[in-house]
Amino acid sequence: MITLFMNNWQTYLTGFWNTILCSVLALIFSLVIGSAFAIMEILPNKVLRIIAHIYIEIFRNIPLLVIAMFFYIVIPQYVMKMDGFTAGTIGLTLYTSSFIAETVRAGIQAVDSGQMEGARANGLTYWQAMRYIVLPQAYKLVIPPLGNQFINLVKNSSVLAFLAGFDLMYQGQSVASTTFQTFSAYIIVGIFYLIITLPLSYYMRYLEKKMV
Amino acid sequence: MALLEQAYSFVNMRFLFEGLAVTLEVSVISIIFSFIFGLIFGVIRYIEVPYFSAVVGFIIDIIRNLPLLLIIFFTYFAIPELGIRMTPMSASIVALVVFESMMLAEVVRSGIQAVDSGQMEGARANGLTYFQAMRYIILPQALTKMIPPLVSQFISLIKDTSLATIIVLPELLYHAQIVYSQNTTYMLPMYVMIALMYFVVCYILSLAARYLERRLG
Repeated sequence: MITLFMNNWQTYLTGFWNTILCSVLALIFSLVIGSAFAIMEILPNKVLRIIAHIYIEIFRNIPLLVIAMFFYIVIPQYVMKMDGFTAGTIGLTLYTSSFIAETVRAGIQAVDSGQMEGARANGLTYWQAMRYIVLPQAYKLVIPPLGNQFINLVKNSSVLAFLAGFDLMYQGQSVASTTFQTFSAYIIVGIFYLIITLPLSYYMRYLEKKMV
Repeated sequence: MALLEQAYSFVNMRFLFEGLAVTLEVSVISIIFSFIFGLIFGVIRYIEVPYFSAVVGFIIDIIRNLPLLLIIFFTYFAIPELGIRMTPMSASIVALVVFESMMLAEVVRSGIQAVDSGQMEGARANGLTYFQAMRYIILPQALTKMIPPLVSQFISLIKDTSLATIIVLPELLYHAQIVYSQNTTYMLPMYVMIALMYFVVCYILSLAARYLERRLG
């Protein structure tokens, strides 16, 4: 297994880098989109609330692979060409943002409503109160679940293998098919994924315990 | 319109529904087995048998933190190197059960932990053995608390069966791909249709979970 890695380390590291890049990009975008929809869901405006609700339910209940394949196969036919990495990152962003929206919404609702009332009573507008009082407290609450979403995101980024996205999974597959050492090739892939996800998941568990 | 009529012709739709049937079959079998194993592993992790639970816990953590796709690949392509051959159907069920039962073990463990510790003490004080207390007092209460995370795990299992296209399991996505590979103009209609099918199945399940939660909670 070590010689297999020594012979193919460049392939694996390229994949590792692409997996991290894709996950971080998708995390940033889906945090922005997810938070926006989370706020829309708790606004008094009914139309915005329904729009947010529809968005969240749609992307939560469709497999990530179907969303990603849609961007990889269907969109190029009608709109524009897209490589596997881009299509995969867009798919991951849409899928993850719906989960993040739910997480953030739960976080905002967990902040005591007295905070908003107090802020309003002190003369802040709704948006100021949201921005300076409620959201900072909500984000502290949602850090462990958001961390778990990021772990899921890293794992889910393996769908890039379907789209020729040159991620870790794809590179592992190509090593397996060129060297015929399937067993070892996939174990190395697994170790690389664990390097990212395992420490993160222990850290999130530690944070969760500390909060309780 | 003519395109839609052709794309959604009787033959194509019947073919898609056959795929949906395979998706549901694999999902139901995997849900049943992974629920049983998840319950067992979750309890093992909760009761903290010296060493044994720590080892089980570590294995759970390892598998939970790997992509399901990797586990599917491993079961179908790497395990045969050891001399065990599997059909796509059994390989996808094995992979799904291994992965999802570890995910469920975590759900079960935190569900049991959420039950007030006085319940166990009270049951023991009333003369029940540890396992009786677990079986009749703790688990039923824990299961009610677990319903929402349990169902969302089942929903993600159903969605995850689509990954098994890669080992040519004839499920919904694979059947859609067969249909549009005969006529590429069917791509958009096919993706819309299967997205709708997945959505309906998963959404009904989440509505059912919300209903159950309200009834029991």
